[in-house]
Amino acid sequence: MKYIDYKQLNPFQKFAYNFTEFFKKLPGRIVAFFKAIGRFFVKLFTGIGKGVANYVTRFIKGDIAVKLSYLIFGFGNFAKGQIIKGLLFLATEVAYIYFIISFGWPNLSKFGTLGTAVTQIVADGPFKKTVWGHNSMLILLYSVVTLAVTLAFLFIYIANTKSAYKLQQLKAEGKHIMTFKEEAKEFLDGKFHITMLSLPVTLITIFTIMPLIFMILIAFTNYNRSHMPPGTLFTWVGFENFADLVNVASGGKKGITFIELTKWTIVWAIFATFSNYILGMIVALMINKKGIRLKSLWRTLFVITIAVPQFVSLLLMNQMLQVDGAVNILLSEITGQTVAINFFNDTAFLARATVIVVNCWVGIPYTILSASGILMNIPADLYESARIDGAGPVKQFTKITLPYMLFVTAPSLITQFVGNINNFNVIFLLSGGGPSTEKLYQAGQTDILVTWLFNLTMNQQDYDLAAAIGILVFIVCATLSLITFNLSKSMKDEEAFS
Amino acid sequence: MIKSYKARRIISNTIIYIILAIMGIVWVSPLVYLLLHSFRAEGMSAVPYLIPKSFSFQNYIDLFVNTGTLNFPRWYLNTFIVACFSCIISTLSVLMVSYAFSRLRFKSRKKFINVGMILGMFPGFMTMIAIYYLLKAMNLSQTLVALIICYSAGAGLGFQISKGFFDTIPRALDEAATVDGATKNQIFWKIILPMSKPIVVYTVLTSFIGPWTDFILCKLIMGDKINNYTVAIGLQKMITQEFKPVYYKQFLAGSVLVAVPITLLFLKMQKYYVEGVTAGGVKG
Repeated sequence: MKYIDYKQLNPFQKFAYNFTEFFKKLPGRIVAFFKAIGRFFVKLFTGIGKGVANYVTRFIKGDIAVKLSYLIFGFGNFAKGQIIKGLLFLATEVAYIYFIISFGWPNLSKFGTLGTAVTQIVADGPFKKTVWGHNSMLILLYSVVTLAVTLAFLFIYIANTKSAYKLQQLKAEGKHIMTFKEEAKEFLDGKFHITMLSLPVTLITIFTIMPLIFMILIAFTNYNRSHMPPGTLFTWVGFENFADLVNVASGGKKGITFIELTKWTIVWAIFATFSNYILGMIVALMINKKGIRLKSLWRTLFVITIAVPQFVSLLLMNQMLQVDGAVNILLSEITGQTVAINFFNDTAFLARATVIVVNCWVGIPYTILSASGILMNIPADLYESARIDGAGPVKQFTKITLPYMLFVTAPSLITQFVGNINNFNVIFLLSGGGPSTEKLYQAGQTDILVTWLFNLTMNQQDYDLAAAIGILVFIVCATLSLITFNLSKSMKDEEAFS
Repeated sequence: MIKSYKARRIISNTIIYIILAIMGIVWVSPLVYLLLHSFRAEGMSAVPYLIPKSFSFQNYIDLFVNTGTLNFPRWYLNTFIVACFSCIISTLSVLMVSYAFSRLRFKSRKKFINVGMILGMFPGFMTMIAIYYLLKAMNLSQTLVALIICYSAGAGLGFQISKGFFDTIPRALDEAATVDGATKNQIFWKIILPMSKPIVVYTVLTSFIGPWTDFILCKLIMGDKINNYTVAIGLQKMITQEFKPVYYKQFLAGSVLVAVPITLLFLKMQKYYVEGVTAGGVKG
């Protein structure tokens, strides 16, 4: 459709056109997203290639001081009078060599086997003595640390050669070579970004990126109850844990549990996301309707429940839904008979339904808060013309409000969906996974993958299995998140609904 | 015709009022129940009626006097300490990262932003197991320091909102200051920060509230070390099979004591949140 044709459409047709177009483009966008990932890797490798080429050229073109600085850090700086900077470089090298000899290499060399010496109890005269063997867990952890330190070291190494070469050029051009004081001052101005970013980046590397790598590696080992360091060793097992998770054929209990919980996790995420979304929107519409008074009172009633910490309200709900809890008492008083429903320990269906309903109580206020603003932006003439054409409130909702909201909030819906896949709190605090069952491996009927993972780690020490589940959930969530990211980026420069 | 339209509107509005009223009651009644029963004087854990027969402050007093097995004041203090420290570190790193990404121009800035956004989208619990071992290897498990590190280490990834806010401050201000000889460091402290009160307050409050409401990380790190619990897992401990018969009423009282300050902070934060987001939303 050409621009002029588009401009001639009435608002309804424009809307329909944009709406269908959005979903038509969706597959293309997903493909584009994966292509972008491909391009990223191509770029990465060409970047590395270029870096190596530069590294070699610097060596060839450099004078003797530059060449020596490839071996002895900071030599280039010494030769040109930057004593302190040179010393800092040299100190890094010495520290790294010490680190590798005393700590890094002893661990890294056992990385392939994760240790061979088994802990033994030997007779020592009349007593028994424990001779500690290798600790596989520490070997793995310290290897990851060593790799991270080595990467940082390489970075400094490159910076050192660059600095040496640059000094040579400056000297050749007869320019001023900065003293240490001047250079330090630079960190408050020209290089201020390094000052600002170094601390957060270090923290994130240590506590987010390194753990991620460690966890991914654990998934390929047999680190579990029967292989617990320091008593026993664990080792690499390849994809065995993943095979366990998909093996349902020969009565594999883990496989059955994984399939069952995945199904329920998806059902839960869909129900939790959409029930909150649609019901919350209806309430927001009611509050924002023309002629309804006390708008702020209604809004405050709902917002207060957000403000109360979630764990308080969930624990409270858990108590109220016990056999002798407030809900059963209320039902007894209404019906006049004794009601004792066991919400979380009777049938799977009842427990699951209860969890979803209580989640509405938790989640609807959030939708109300965010939907109010968007609802006010829907062009009023859409509703006007709909009314003239004889559309009732229900039709207006399904044909105008819902499509419009879906269009605007599609990215946040996916985010919420991901959030619900990982919604640990609601399940764990509310039902605790119950009702328990013999059919599943260390999981209850309302457990989702994340709570199962937590249970496996905390109570069962099946770290290998937990890590494998973690990776699978991670892949699903990451893909969804990245698609969202891509979607919202591409949606920003589109002028739909204008 | 007009009359019937009016009548219809009145009817539909009445229905809406009724629905809203019922929903309002459903939403607020658990909280009212919590408040009423936290003052309940009689009975032990559960009672077979909804409204307590007598009221007293005994549950609140017990909470602070009976500290033999479950030490609620200690948990409260723990949470407060952790919240304060992680609040300082998180706020600093968020502001530093977002200032660097918003106002400074350097090589591979875009790459950093993208990596940061992608890392930020990954759910935090994924790295939980590994963090647990890392802390164990550092001899920090079951300590408050570990908690502070966990809550504040990844904070820098939450830079989007404040970066959006910084983006809206006119760059001409920076340029004028640079002409006058100010360094980037001075611009940050003397120009940008004083102008960003809403977003600073918002960041401070969110990072302060975090430790009060987190459950999963703290449970993982503290394990069975009851004295180092924060209020979240402490209160959950009170209603386990073992303690519930005696501590149920204290659990209710404790929940009120946690909920009230957090609710007040949240309501205050909401105002700044709206200001910050609407200002930051212009250039997202």
